[in-house]
Amino acid sequence: MITFEKVTFGYGDEPVLKDLTFSIPSGESRVIMGPSGSGKSTILRLILGLDSPWSGQIAIDGKDIFAMKAGQMRELRKQIGMVFQDGALFDSMTVGENIGYYLFEYTNRREEEIEREVRQTLEFVDLDPDIIDKLPEELSGGMRRRVAVARALVSTRPKIMLFDEPTTGLDPQATESVLKLILKLQQVQRMSVIIVTHQIADALKLADQYIVIHNGRLVFDGDVEHMRTAEVPELVDFLAPFRSSIEEVIRKKLI
Amino acid sequence: MSFKLYHSFKRFVYEIDQLSRFSAKMIFAIFGRPVYFAETLEQLYAIGVGSLFLVVLTGVFAGQGLALQVSNEMAEMGSKFYLGRMMAISTIRELGPILTALMVAARVAAGITAEIGSMKSSNQLDALTAFGVDPIRKLAVPRLIALVTMVPVLTIVCDVITIAGGWVIAVFVSHITSRTYTSAVIDRLTVGNIFMGLAKPFVFAFIIAFISCYKGFTTSGGTKGVGRSTNESVMFTSITILIVNYLLTKGIWTFMRGYL
Repeated sequence: MITFEKVTFGYGDEPVLKDLTFSIPSGESRVIMGPSGSGKSTILRLILGLDSPWSGQIAIDGKDIFAMKAGQMRELRKQIGMVFQDGALFDSMTVGENIGYYLFEYTNRREEEIEREVRQTLEFVDLDPDIIDKLPEELSGGMRRRVAVARALVSTRPKIMLFDEPTTGLDPQATESVLKLILKLQQVQRMSVIIVTHQIADALKLADQYIVIHNGRLVFDGDVEHMRTAEVPELVDFLAPFRSSIEEVIRKKLI
Repeated sequence: MSFKLYHSFKRFVYEIDQLSRFSAKMIFAIFGRPVYFAETLEQLYAIGVGSLFLVVLTGVFAGQGLALQVSNEMAEMGSKFYLGRMMAISTIRELGPILTALMVAARVAAGITAEIGSMKSSNQLDALTAFGVDPIRKLAVPRLIALVTMVPVLTIVCDVITIAGGWVIAVFVSHITSRTYTSAVIDRLTVGNIFMGLAKPFVFAFIIAFISCYKGFTTSGGTKGVGRSTNESVMFTSITILIVNYLLTKGIWTFMRGYL
């Protein structure tokens, strides 16, 4: 269970998140939505402990992550996989070295063994295992995003996967393949997936529960049916262009 | 105007504070685990062998240029036989350490800041942290160790080449015997001169490592930001080297005068 309790955080003197309180039970997935610059990606950085809140508490399975020692924090991070916007692949390493990074760094496994696991994971994310020797710059945006997922999967066998704008900048075909992969992770690997996006059409395909952030404040936390009827002005404005998509999702659910 | 000055001063103090904290982290990280041997070896090669040609080239031409200028003056004063002595003192105490440090700063500091800065702006540093890797230990420490090892070695190479360049001018232009030149050089290889010649590159190596890594790790503003950080890195490193060089010279003259 991930819990945010009155979390406030900012960069410089400017607060980005204000008094944020929500919780995500273990095994559940959430899409965090909101306009650009509303502080969505910052939530993922806080979960991963890359930034520390000004005030409030962030707990994972009841433990305050900022009260942890460095070693405990490292162990916790092994349970969390993060796919950064644009993948954040190590550009001087090949696809194989990127995906097998954690195994090369922390285990004494033989190179052939690691290569076998890397190839299997490439197949799992629907990529040709023969791209193993390519550099990230030789891949398309969608492929890079899937390699980043593979790297997070191989490395730490995470219980929680965090996605920061997984489909931003991708063409419709690549978007579809990344969305399918995220659904596969939820269904096959039974992972808790937290996705940050401002693409509402994609968000509606990925989860049943949504958190909406506006100007650093939580304006909605609930399912799609409640989202349709909620009367918070910021939420109504944000969802206005997507009313028909929301209605369609609800109609499909009822069928 | 005074408001702008106040903010510039405040910003300067803030940067010094942050740089000091970052440098302390780098020093502490040297003693932690894991130790990245492969990365350190890679940096030793990249910094040492990679800078060798530049340092040799600088030494050859700086040595010959200096010897040519000075030998003419000394010949007019009837003291050209002291050319070796003059070359040894100026090279070992000042020219060798300064030229080497500035060359390494221009080549290596720019490279370190650009590489780490690019990793920062594309979230690769965060990705490392997410894997439980300390980016300072992984990226900054191997570069610090390589610089502290290689800058003194490169300085010795530069000293030898510069003095050899002076020998060419002494023997073939000023017609001083090789024996006269070399015995004057050896005469000035005193404990104090050797200490000054090796202490300076050691300190300069720390300056290059601290500033270039700090600038890389604090890069912001995308590709434009990487360019800005790289420029600032070379500029601040060079200026700091020149200021610290003066302070070291002054300090060594004050406390080790008898050994020089």
